[in-house]
Amino acid sequence: MFESPSIAEFLADSNLASTLPGTLLLAWTLLLVIVDLFTDEERQHWTPILACVGLGFSFLANIAVYSPAEGEQVALYGMFIADEFTGFLNFVILVATLIAVLMSWDYLKRADIHRGEYYILALISSAGAMFMVGANDLITVFVSLELLSIPLYILAAFRSIKNDGSDQALKSEESGMKYFILGAFSSAFLVFGAALVYGATGTTNIPQIFDIAVGIVGGTSSGTFYLLVGTALLIVGLGFKVAVVPFHMWTPDVYEGAPTPVTAFMSVTAKIGGFAALLRVLITGLSALVLAGGDVAAWQATATIIAILTLVLGNFVAISQRNLKRMLAYSSIAHAGYIMVSVAAAGSASVIDAATQGALVYMLAYMFTNLGAFAVVMTIEREDGSGGNIDDINGLAQSRPLLAMAMTIFMLSLTGVPLTAGFLGKFMIFSAALQAGLFGLAVIGVLTSVVSAFYYIRVVVNMYLRDSEGELQPPLDTQYLRWAINIALAGTLVFGIFYPLATNLVSMVSIA
Amino acid sequence: MDVTGLSLTTITLFLPLIGLAILVFMNGETQKNNLKWVAFVTSLVTFVASVVMWINFDPSTAELQMVQRNTWAEVSLGESVINVSYFVGVDGISMLLVLLTTFIMPIAILGSFGSNIFEERGREKLYYIFLMLLEWSMIGVFVVHDLIIFYVFWEVTLVPMYFLIGIWGAEERIYAAVKFFLYTMAGSILMLIAILYVGNRSGTFSTYSAGGDIGVIEKVQNFDGEGTYWDALGPDGEGEDAGFLLDSVESFLFLGFLVAFAIKVPIFPFHSWLPDAHVQAPTAGSVILAGVLLKMGTYGIVRFNLNLFPEATVAWAPTIAFLGVVGIIYGAWVSYAQDNVKKLVAYSSVSHLGFVVLGIFALNSQGLQGATLQMVNHGISTGGLFLIVGMLYERWHTKEMADYGGIWKVMPLFGAISLVISLSSMGLPGLNGFIGEFTILLGSLGSDYLGFAFTLFGTLGVILAAVYLLKMFQHVFMGELKKPLADEAGYKLTWYEKAAYIPIIIMIFWMGLQPIVFFNLLDVSVDNIVAMFVG
Repeated sequence: MFESPSIAEFLADSNLASTLPGTLLLAWTLLLVIVDLFTDEERQHWTPILACVGLGFSFLANIAVYSPAEGEQVALYGMFIADEFTGFLNFVILVATLIAVLMSWDYLKRADIHRGEYYILALISSAGAMFMVGANDLITVFVSLELLSIPLYILAAFRSIKNDGSDQALKSEESGMKYFILGAFSSAFLVFGAALVYGATGTTNIPQIFDIAVGIVGGTSSGTFYLLVGTALLIVGLGFKVAVVPFHMWTPDVYEGAPTPVTAFMSVTAKIGGFAALLRVLITGLSALVLAGGDVAAWQATATIIAILTLVLGNFVAISQRNLKRMLAYSSIAHAGYIMVSVAAAGSASVIDAATQGALVYMLAYMFTNLGAFAVVMTIEREDGSGGNIDDINGLAQSRPLLAMAMTIFMLSLTGVPLTAGFLGKFMIFSAALQAGLFGLAVIGVLTSVVSAFYYIRVVVNMYLRDSEGELQPPLDTQYLRWAINIALAGTLVFGIFYPLATNLVSMVSIA
Repeated sequence: MDVTGLSLTTITLFLPLIGLAILVFMNGETQKNNLKWVAFVTSLVTFVASVVMWINFDPSTAELQMVQRNTWAEVSLGESVINVSYFVGVDGISMLLVLLTTFIMPIAILGSFGSNIFEERGREKLYYIFLMLLEWSMIGVFVVHDLIIFYVFWEVTLVPMYFLIGIWGAEERIYAAVKFFLYTMAGSILMLIAILYVGNRSGTFSTYSAGGDIGVIEKVQNFDGEGTYWDALGPDGEGEDAGFLLDSVESFLFLGFLVAFAIKVPIFPFHSWLPDAHVQAPTAGSVILAGVLLKMGTYGIVRFNLNLFPEATVAWAPTIAFLGVVGIIYGAWVSYAQDNVKKLVAYSSVSHLGFVVLGIFALNSQGLQGATLQMVNHGISTGGLFLIVGMLYERWHTKEMADYGGIWKVMPLFGAISLVISLSSMGLPGLNGFIGEFTILLGSLGSDYLGFAFTLFGTLGVILAAVYLLKMFQHVFMGELKKPLADEAGYKLTWYEKAAYIPIIIMIFWMGLQPIVFFNLLDVSVDNIVAMFVG
């Protein structure tokens, strides 16, 4: 009775080709595990090089799969969807991973924790994120979320593999542990939420959830109640991952303790994965959840409140931070708030596309800018991990003018000053919020970005306007790190100056 | 109308960037002495280009001239797609302010020639790069007619000015620079919200019509439904009654723009960043700040608030004009109380810009013409005053008025020049300041929206201006010489100092004696705007 299908049939039925960017990266990584096993100390640098090659192949696969305008394709029997949304975010994730790999090489050498497994874990996590952005089923969301997160737990604690009892090693261990426990905790929320939604609709397939929810909502069955509770739990679960208030408590400690390149990497990929899933689940699946008497999705109010809390708390607490990594951690919370603004805007049916596109462009801008800022922080960090305080960059413009210039541009982009990518992102997000009639939210959004200007500009002040006290460290050997900064800088400026590049890339995106 | 070719406006706008590019590729150490020349020649060429624009300008039409428009990006907002376009062109008001900008720049650069700020702070190359960037963005603000690109230029002016104050300023420079940045940013970001709303609802970011697309201004003016254009497009889509101050969409949009501009001008309660920024900025920074940057605010009010929100303008006119008058009196009063020369000149800006605001919100032809002319007058005379203060400081290293005295005795030419500029600033008939202030007061007297009291208190400001400026002149130039310089050679004016004053003096007399040349430039453009408010 059970005939096992031939491989050709399986490939055709499952449409595996559409998942090529992610599967290829995963397969390459598994191969890399074996290769890494047999490389000796001398040829250690082969693993990161091969990792970059793998990213390159995946990038080409992404272009091959998404450049023909074939519209969306469902793969893996409805579990995975390959549309412009997936393609665009795959691109963002791949570039982010590439920059992160470049950043890591110098850092791991310096900290004397260079192991090939590091890159393998990063690539697995990246593949997880790529499956997550294409997840078309709550099960896929969960599985790919774990694929994304578990390597990150290990990476966060990676500094502690050299257990020398140093403060850094301890902090890193604590960071990994904290991240793991809270991550596991939040996964439970996600799964419970998925279970309730399944209970109400009888399916875990996201588009089907929509179809069935349309029938349930407004009816008298208890289905609406379960849908509401399920949605709330899904928001909580994914909210942990993207670190929005009030689910952000773990962020500063984890970000500060983890090795800096890991912090940079997870502050970008985990957020992209989380927001992609959030957008898919809420928009594609649950935008039908319109309560009687309302004309917007029921979760819009929740998203609005979360966005406001995140914006206010993230930006205000960042002001008082003296440590640059910690400041960037809080600022990344604030940026999650800006993306949340567009999630809230997507609650109005007519704005869904504009809001989604705004969120995507914002993630692109945030990826380049944030990674760049972290790379600069790594460049000035000392070997013992100190030197990351806001006073340690005093006079950087004198000693290393180009680095200071790059940091200035990253800070201006994070603030949202025109001619940088950050402005384009903010512009699109606030347009969407206005379009959705969320005036209060938009005003709070712009006011908090003035607050953010205060702490970003302080970095510029210290670099340009204050003189350094004490001896300057001789610059560390940072050949690959420099490339990471260059790529991030190019992205920030190119997408900031040539708006059409980004807007054209997302103009076809529609996940409603 | 040719809307795609490379227009003169574009050429003028981008000339400073060419200078900037040359500067970037020069070596800051070995070619140190050539840096200032590159900057100076660039600004001079830009000035010549703007004069060519003036020659080609036809003052008999209110239409934008020397227009260029290219689509820059398409932004999808909900169901509609909105173009953001590179849209430049000039009408009379823009033309005059572009001329002011290109006129002030070479003077400001000449003012930095002998400056000793580089001995201490160095980084000459960066300094001139920022000046070029500033010139580019300031011209941009005055010539673009797309709201988004306007916002881009508006924000970009912040960055070079911030560094000019922060790196080459006086002792409290960091505080002043950060205050300047945050204050201005807070205002402009509210404008961004208003801009996004305007674009969203009206379906275009272009303010004027060009190449078949209808601009926002035309849409507003041609609206003939119930209530006002903006209220008809309100969030609930139904017209509300236009009897507002704070109950209509249009009012909020008006305020969104106004706060940004009011901070820049600055209008009375928003002025507290100005004394700090002025006092701490290097001479060239102060000259540009007073000469051009402040005018971006008043220009913005004329271009956007009046054109886009006529009903709200009428409703708010008395309130804003009142703040203007308060600024006139308050600025003059505080100015009189200063012991610091630079602070005195800084507060005098608050007072003079109060006149401009009063003129604008008189909402008639004289008021607006006087206001625009006064923007230029103030740029020239206050720019000149800051140059004077800068040159005094270079020699005596103090800004306290009590330390000066008797300078006329040792520097008679400098004294005479300072006297002319001070008299111009206080509005002596025959000099340029008089023309502007007189026309503004005439406008406010004939205004349909302002009462007699506005003119009365405004006139008081003219008298107060004489009081504080004469006080300054007396303390600094009259009496006995208190602190002779160690080196007598310091009493001589260098050639570049003289060269900086010559054009200023020429303009002071030219605009004072033959104002018709400049009124002609403005006439039609201003009438086009006030047509909405008169009759």
